[in-house]
This record gives sequence, structure tokens and C-alpha cells, in this order.
Amino acid sequence: MTEMTVLEAIRTSLDEEMAEDDGILVLGEDVEAGGVFRATEGLAKRYPGRVVDMPLAESSIVGVAIGAAHYGLKPIAEIQFADFIHAGFDHLFSEASRWSYRTRGDSWLPMVVRAPWGGGVHGGQHHSQSIEAYYSHMPGIKVVAPSFPADYHSLLKAAIADPNPVLFLEHKRTYRLIRQDLEAGPAEKKIGHSRITRTGRDITIVAYGLMLHESLAAAEALGAEGIECTVVDLLTLQPLDAETMLEAARATGKVLVVHEDNLTGGFGAEVAALVAEHAFEHLDAPVRRLAAPDVPAMPYQRAMEEFFMPNREKIAEAGRALAAF
Amino acid sequence: MTVITMPQLGETVIEGTLLRWMKQPGESVVLDEAVCEIETEKVTAELPSPYAGTMGPQLVEEGETVEVGSPLCEIADASTPSKAPPNKPSEDSPAKSPAVEEPVVAEPAHAGVSNRRLEERGRFYSPVVLRLAEEHNLDLAALSGTGIEGRVTRRDVETYLETRTPEPPAAPTSQPTLAGAAAATVEREEDFETVRLTPTRKAISANLLRSTRESPQAWTMIEVDMTRVLERREEQRAAAERDEGIHLTLLPYFTQAICGALREHPELNARWDGNELQRFRSVNCGIAVAAPHGLVVPVIRDAQELSVIGLARKITDVANRARDRRLTVEDVQGGTFTVNNTGAFGSIASKPIVNYPEVAIITLERVVQRPVVTGGDAIAIRAMANVCLSFDHRALDGLEAGRFLTTLKERVET
Repeated sequence: MTEMTVLEAIRTSLDEEMAEDDGILVLGEDVEAGGVFRATEGLAKRYPGRVVDMPLAESSIVGVAIGAAHYGLKPIAEIQFADFIHAGFDHLFSEASRWSYRTRGDSWLPMVVRAPWGGGVHGGQHHSQSIEAYYSHMPGIKVVAPSFPADYHSLLKAAIADPNPVLFLEHKRTYRLIRQDLEAGPAEKKIGHSRITRTGRDITIVAYGLMLHESLAAAEALGAEGIECTVVDLLTLQPLDAETMLEAARATGKVLVVHEDNLTGGFGAEVAALVAEHAFEHLDAPVRRLAAPDVPAMPYQRAMEEFFMPNREKIAEAGRALAAF
Repeated sequence: MTVITMPQLGETVIEGTLLRWMKQPGESVVLDEAVCEIETEKVTAELPSPYAGTMGPQLVEEGETVEVGSPLCEIADASTPSKAPPNKPSEDSPAKSPAVEEPVVAEPAHAGVSNRRLEERGRFYSPVVLRLAEEHNLDLAALSGTGIEGRVTRRDVETYLETRTPEPPAAPTSQPTLAGAAAATVEREEDFETVRLTPTRKAISANLLRSTRESPQAWTMIEVDMTRVLERREEQRAAAERDEGIHLTLLPYFTQAICGALREHPELNARWDGNELQRFRSVNCGIAVAAPHGLVVPVIRDAQELSVIGLARKITDVANRARDRRLTVEDVQGGTFTVNNTGAFGSIASKPIVNYPEVAIITLERVVQRPVVTGGDAIAIRAMANVCLSFDHRALDGLEAGRFLTTLKERVET
């Protein structure tokens, strides 16, 4: 029985992998001291010289990771807050995502970029953002966004083993909020697989990260009202396991996709398009997206943050309307 | 009082049947609102009112067939082709309500759009409901809905299917037969069933009678090796299904070969117009479609310009619309040659009747695996099909027909 938080699952995964492979290197701001969220706590002492503090410059963190991967190491870069990753966007987009493609598979770029994302922590404009839509638009980079500790544990291992660059998104609100017995929970071992977490015949909710947990809570509440929900945990956004999601969509004919990123051009648009394209004959209602409004960033003030973010009540409300359609 | 008359829906149409009234006397009618549904030999259409006003007396009963130009109904207080009144600024226009300042949220706007559409649509059936209805042959109008504004949901259909009592097997009824034609000599009514001829049936009857009466038709048949076509179809089938959503049959391949052969032998791509023959460069290829209400022949224009996939898409489109009675007048006019896929019925040889005033019609019969003597003494199993051609002997002779079929055979086999 090893019940762990998301944070502990990540730290355990890093520890286990570093013990196995001397080539694994951790790079990031304050990572020697354990990092701002304590994800790398204790690792510098256990693996001397392999946990390296970096200057406060994300483009260099990502750039050095790319260089280290070229050199034959397996770098794991930590971006302190996903909000800052865009300084490294060009490195990821123009270099990392294309490397094996440019070399026709002669050479690969095994690297992981860990980034705490998402809101609900009163972090304001620079510590709360959702970044997945930008990076899921890059074929060549895998984007993983788990929800449960067991999946964080197993998928981080899969990310480290992957020969491609992997952006590993960790929802910071869930770091200490969600606990799970790693052995008891289902642990997805493959990047690119989604999971139907809950099955119900009325509506299908598609989500990831914190919103997956909020969706499960909403599904529980709706269940008490007689509305049965299927809930899909996407786990990986790129490459997306469209088949699992479509199977769940076809089963109910009513799809609600939830994310805390803003609506326009968000990942929900991709989900909605896939459902419309491949499950049209099975639809019993228009696909519904529940997302943050199109305002520039997550606000700091509590009431405004609550207004901005979807939550279990808003999801239940949207679910009710969809079930009634 | 202003009178609405039976319109001429198509160049050779002389009469139409009033299927049902959509407006009752006393109801108000706005410009272009449908007042009734009309069926002619070619199409079924709703008749939009050319006037705004109040529906007056109906002069024709449902099911009655009248000549083009006959009065159908009267419209009282008709304002002749009036335009819609100029838009007054609506009360809820955003400019007038600056008092309440609400945060700009994307989602209510979206919800508003879909709700309004729903109201405009009246009874809306979702894709899955339509699919289930088709699979189980349901009349959706008979179901009550529990969704928004009484919409029939998937759950409603499923519940209905679970709870409905299976229908008792239909009692044997007398089948419509040719006996009906000699009805006058039969005294007892229960011995037969009178089948009223639909406009489509009447049109088929008139056209075929005219064709057989006026044109001396010769018939010929060749056999064609379809093995190559089957191979090519096999190569393209999966991609067509995946990328185009098209179920690829042999017909588009056959039609493409016909178009090529007709370009080389325009004698067959023609219409007999009284004392002259019109030969066409473009192939306006008629495709015989067995619709539930009878045979219809929608025309694919400039078929010679289409790829196999393009033809497949067109054929699927016109066949679907023919079955749903959604063909327009243009769809069924101006053919220069007709193809009939009689093989689909299992036929291995048939004698088609020329689609007058065209001069030739061809059939593709069923493809069967047959032992065939190939080069020398070898015997191989090949996919063979008969191709039958009827042609108007006034317009051409066996020589031209034979040349055309030889070219067609080459095109199909190579």
C-alpha cells in the first residue's frame, strides 16, 4: 500500500528512472534545492552532478536540454511554471519537434520537458495558464496531461523512455490535492492512450487534468439526479487516442468537452471536430464545449478566478442541459 | 381574390397531382410560404405562394390530378409580390440596452445560436435519431419526444423500440397484378385491388410506349472481361471508403469507359428529334435508378469530364436524391445516353428499352466467375459480365453499334 500524491508519484518516478539510467539529467530553476513545488527534492543529493540548476531563462533550459539530448544524454527539463515555457517555444517548435523528421529518423531527440500548468491556485496571470493548445499543434512533440497519481508515475516513465521530445504537463492544483494507491489504481503505461474512466449512457464528458477530477465530481452529482455520464480521461493530447474518445462519443451521442483553457482554438475544438467528423451519425445533440471565456488570462482575484474557471457546478449545469436536449 | 395555378415543373410536363394542402382556408399566407405539395412525373415539390394574404377556397382536392395552368386555390386580400416590411430596429438590439453591463462570455452566445435555430426548425431530428429510424423503419412523427421543445431524442427512440409490441404479420392481401388492366371485365370487387397510377408510373408508361411505338429497336450483347476493373476497384476501394466515404461499385468504372467510347462514337451519344439527329460532344449520362416510387433516370452532366471517384460521388448523390424524391427538374432533363446497372438485380442478360428521344441504352449485367479460353488452349477463371445494348435503328446501324461496343470492351478490359 503506497498511497501517493501527484507530486510524490512524479518524484518517485524520477528517482526510479535516475537510479536505472546514469544518462538521465534534471535541469531547471532551483531544482537542486527541490524546485519550487519540491518535485525534485532529494534527487541532487542522491545523484550528484545530475541535477543542475539553470539560470532564469527558459529558452536556455530548453535549448540546453536539446543539446544534451543530441549529446546522448536523457535530459528532463523542469519549467518552473508552464506560463514561462513560451520563451522556449522556438526551440521546441522549430528544432525539437522536427529533429527526427529532418533526419528521416536517423537521429532522435529523447528529452522530457516537465511543466506545471493550470489554475485554481490564485496564481494570477503568470502562474495559472493553460498552454496545451499551442503545443498540441506541433506534430513531433508528444503532449501528456495525466490526472491521477498512478498515471503520472507510469506515464513519466514512458516519457523518459520515449525517443521523441515529450511535454509532460503537471496540473499544479492537483499536486497535493489528489492521492491514490499506485498499485491499486489503473496505470496507463503508453503515451497515446486515453481511458474511459466512468461509463454512463446519457452523456459523455471529455476532459484532462484538474477538469477531469471536476468532471468526475459533476458526473457523481448528475448520477444522483438520474443522469448517467461517461467520462473520458484523455491522458495524452498529442498524439490523441481519437478512437477511445469516439467510442465513448458514439455510445451516448452527446458530448461535452471541458477545459480550463479559453474557448477559441482550445483543445476542445479538436475534440469537437473529430466527433463531428467521425461520429456524426451517432450524434443526438451538438457537441458542447465548456471552457474559460475568451479573456486574455486567468485572473488573480478569487471571485474572478471562479468566474473564469469551469468547475463541477458549471460542468453539471452544462451536462444537465445536454442531457435534456 | 387572386388565383394560384398549377405550375409547369419541367419542359414536357403537362399535369400535376396535388399531394396535400399545407394551408387551410382562413390561414394567413406570407410571400413564398408553401401552400401545397405537388407531384409531377418528374419531381415532387412544394409550391410557394407568389402572394401574401389569406388562404381562400381550395379548388382541387388532395390526390387530384389537374393540367398545368388549372386554378388550385384562391388567395384573399392578396398583396401582389410585396417585399418584406423594412426591418424596424428590434427591441432587444444591443444599442438600446447599455444599462446592464454583463461580462463578455462566449458560451451564452453559442447557446443562443443553437436555441434560435431549434425554434426555426420546428421538429428537428438528430443524425442518430434519423439513422435509428431508418434502420428500424420508424415513422418518427408517431413518436413523442422528451427533449427540448418536444424533440425526439435517441433515448425516446430506444425506449419506443424496447416497449413497442411486435406488429402481427400482415394478413395476405391481393397483390397488384396485370389483372388490374382488365378490371372492366371483372365484376366482383374483392377479386382484385385497384392501384391508382402515380404520376411517376404514368410517365414511365407514356415514355416507354412512345419509345417502343416510334423507334424500331435493335438489340445486341457482348461479353466483357471485368477482371481488371475488379482489380482496380479493389485497389481504390478502401481509400474511397476512408477518404471520400464512398462505397465504390463497378458502375462508375463502367460509366467512365462508356463516356470514353461515346466520345469516339458520337453516333450513339445523340437524340432523335423528329426529322433530325442531334449528336453531342458532351456526355449527359442518364443513370437508371430503381426508386421506391418507380424508375427514374437522373442525368449526370459532362460525365466525360469526371474521374471514377467523381462519377461514384455523382451517382451516389443522384441515386440518393432519386430515392428521397429530391431530384430537381434539371436533374432529369437533357440526357444523351442511358446506363442501367441491371446486374444489381442479379440479371445476366436484359433487353432495355431506349430512353426516348435518346438513341441508345446500355446495361451492365451481373459479373460472374466463368472459365474462359484464353490465348491458345489455356483455360482461366475470369470475372465476366454481359453488356447489352438497345439502339434506335433509324439513327444508326449494327456497324456503329458494333464499333462502339468493341471500343467499350477494350476500354473496360485494359
